[in-house]
Amino acid sequence: MSDVLDTTAAKDDPSTNSVTFDSETGETESHTEIQNYSMNFGPQHPAAHGVLRLIMEMDGEIIERVDPHVGLLHRGTEKLIEYKTYLQALPYMDRLDYVSPMCMEHSYVLAVEKLLDLEVPLRAQYIRVLYAEMTRITNHILNTTAHAMDVGAMTPMLWLFEEREYICEFYERASGGRFHAAYFRPGGVHQDLPPKLVADIADWAEKFPKVLDDFESLVANNRIFKQRNVDIGVISKEDAIAWGFSGPCIRGSGIPWDLRKSQPYDVYAEMDFDIPVGTRGDCYDRFMVRMNEMRESLRIIKQCLANMPAGPVMTTDSKIGPPKRGEMKRSMEALINHFKLYTEGFHVPEGDCYVATESPKGEFGIYLVSDGTNKPYRCKIRPTAFSHLQAMEFLCKGHMLADAPAVLGSLDIVFGECDR
Amino acid sequence: MPAHPAPIMTRDEGLAEAFPEADAHTHRGELTLTVPRGALVATLTALRDEHGYQQLMELAGCDFPERPERFELNYHLLSLTKNARVRVRTSTDEKTPVPSIVDLWPVAGWLEREVWDLYGVLFEGNPDHRRILTDYGFSGHPFRKDFPLTGYVEMRYSEEQKRVIYEPVKLAQDFRTFDFQSPWEGPDYIRYNLPGDEKAVTSEDVPTEEKGE
Repeated sequence: MSDVLDTTAAKDDPSTNSVTFDSETGETESHTEIQNYSMNFGPQHPAAHGVLRLIMEMDGEIIERVDPHVGLLHRGTEKLIEYKTYLQALPYMDRLDYVSPMCMEHSYVLAVEKLLDLEVPLRAQYIRVLYAEMTRITNHILNTTAHAMDVGAMTPMLWLFEEREYICEFYERASGGRFHAAYFRPGGVHQDLPPKLVADIADWAEKFPKVLDDFESLVANNRIFKQRNVDIGVISKEDAIAWGFSGPCIRGSGIPWDLRKSQPYDVYAEMDFDIPVGTRGDCYDRFMVRMNEMRESLRIIKQCLANMPAGPVMTTDSKIGPPKRGEMKRSMEALINHFKLYTEGFHVPEGDCYVATESPKGEFGIYLVSDGTNKPYRCKIRPTAFSHLQAMEFLCKGHMLADAPAVLGSLDIVFGECDR
Repeated sequence: MPAHPAPIMTRDEGLAEAFPEADAHTHRGELTLTVPRGALVATLTALRDEHGYQQLMELAGCDFPERPERFELNYHLLSLTKNARVRVRTSTDEKTPVPSIVDLWPVAGWLEREVWDLYGVLFEGNPDHRRILTDYGFSGHPFRKDFPLTGYVEMRYSEEQKRVIYEPVKLAQDFRTFDFQSPWEGPDYIRYNLPGDEKAVTSEDVPTEEKGE
């Protein structure tokens, strides 16, 4: 049976050799016609950065068409949030982009605060900016080193993950969780930072640039790294705008657009920092933008530590912020508030708002619709990866197969956020 | 100055007046232009080409089952030059397609696919009208308000058949929603079947619309 199938396959197969005769030169030439074939990349592939499945149409080793299949990590977060109170919905945010959890929380708490028109104490705003910038560093450490590893450099990952571990430790000391922090709350942050933690962050911020320099000297001028990244996955300013790019990807194309600068939230307006931009919009530029952003984040961290005022870290509005444990032991009112807040939760006035912050990957937005009850009527999450990954075909077309992981790495995709 | 610390944007004064046929509405400093389906493409084109809203950042669907046109579509545009945002809103039902804007912004392709997948809104002119987030072979539109949170099927690996199989959802414990809005309106099993409460109404007395059937 198999013999019969094999012969028919060979007969129909256009990739078999054919011989043509050139009448002018009188030579016979042997051609091998190769038909385009499709290839399945992922969903279980180390360079897919999660559960991405790419159906690629290849012409030899050249990519002709890419069809990304996403949604393999779809958990229905937005639907689940509709069944939770505003506070209970918060931990879902950590599970979106699990590489930069606090930045996900940031958009959500700002959206709730905007609908409530709630004032947040200054110290809480400083702590949020401080932790958002540490999160940016962890995210960029993971992305840049993983990108380097995708194109063959193993060492940066080993070196920089030690630093990432320090930040996870700072996460844990502030919130109790190394990754899923649930630390930012509508109205402020959950707990104040102990003084020793603030001192340790300052120490770390002094030492980190040395590691970053080592990493940069290892990779930035490396011949192999440049060969794999320069002029790969180029996107112009106009195309980056049309594809809805944001964050390091739009800055890599040379547009100095940063929501922390142009639409400041919390205390970003008081921070002094620069926006690194690229020139060519290729993988190398996007990589270098992230490298320089880590240094700018360090500047912001130092300013936060230096200027952080004393004071409360949670709103004093007892209808939103929970009372102190000690207060609950003495005051009936505080006990009632505590009970109501952790069962019913607070009510948010009717209305809708779209709040976008500069997450490490780009514009991360929350479109929140409230119907006046204690649960969101609709919480639409705007993932950064959706627009970036959609441009995958645009970026990969005409490149070699081996360039696809480099492009993917430079886009910084995390599937928790992409698929929601 | 608003009290909240959310992003501060530039207000695009006079934008609402430039679209007299649209229903303009401002909430918390955010401008929403509500337009009929037919005027959607013209409004978005004018916003992009004449008013400098270069980027389409988001397309958010929303379901209001009590309305005649139950689905609301919110297009969020961003102007990089004016540093402003605007929301364009239109509505539709299960049958009527909305014109696709893939020709205006290529990024709209996936955004529309997502709304189709989760809400079942049709987009006329989208060249790639496939599902995007749900599983291969999924049926139904899960983000509609009448779609149950638990879904209808669950998946497991069958050792006998050596493959992944789908089965109707079996919950080990009833799905419970506590809304805590009022202590007198708790879940049904407390309200009607409290042990030892001889005066309690039995579940047979419960009107059917309250049972959620």
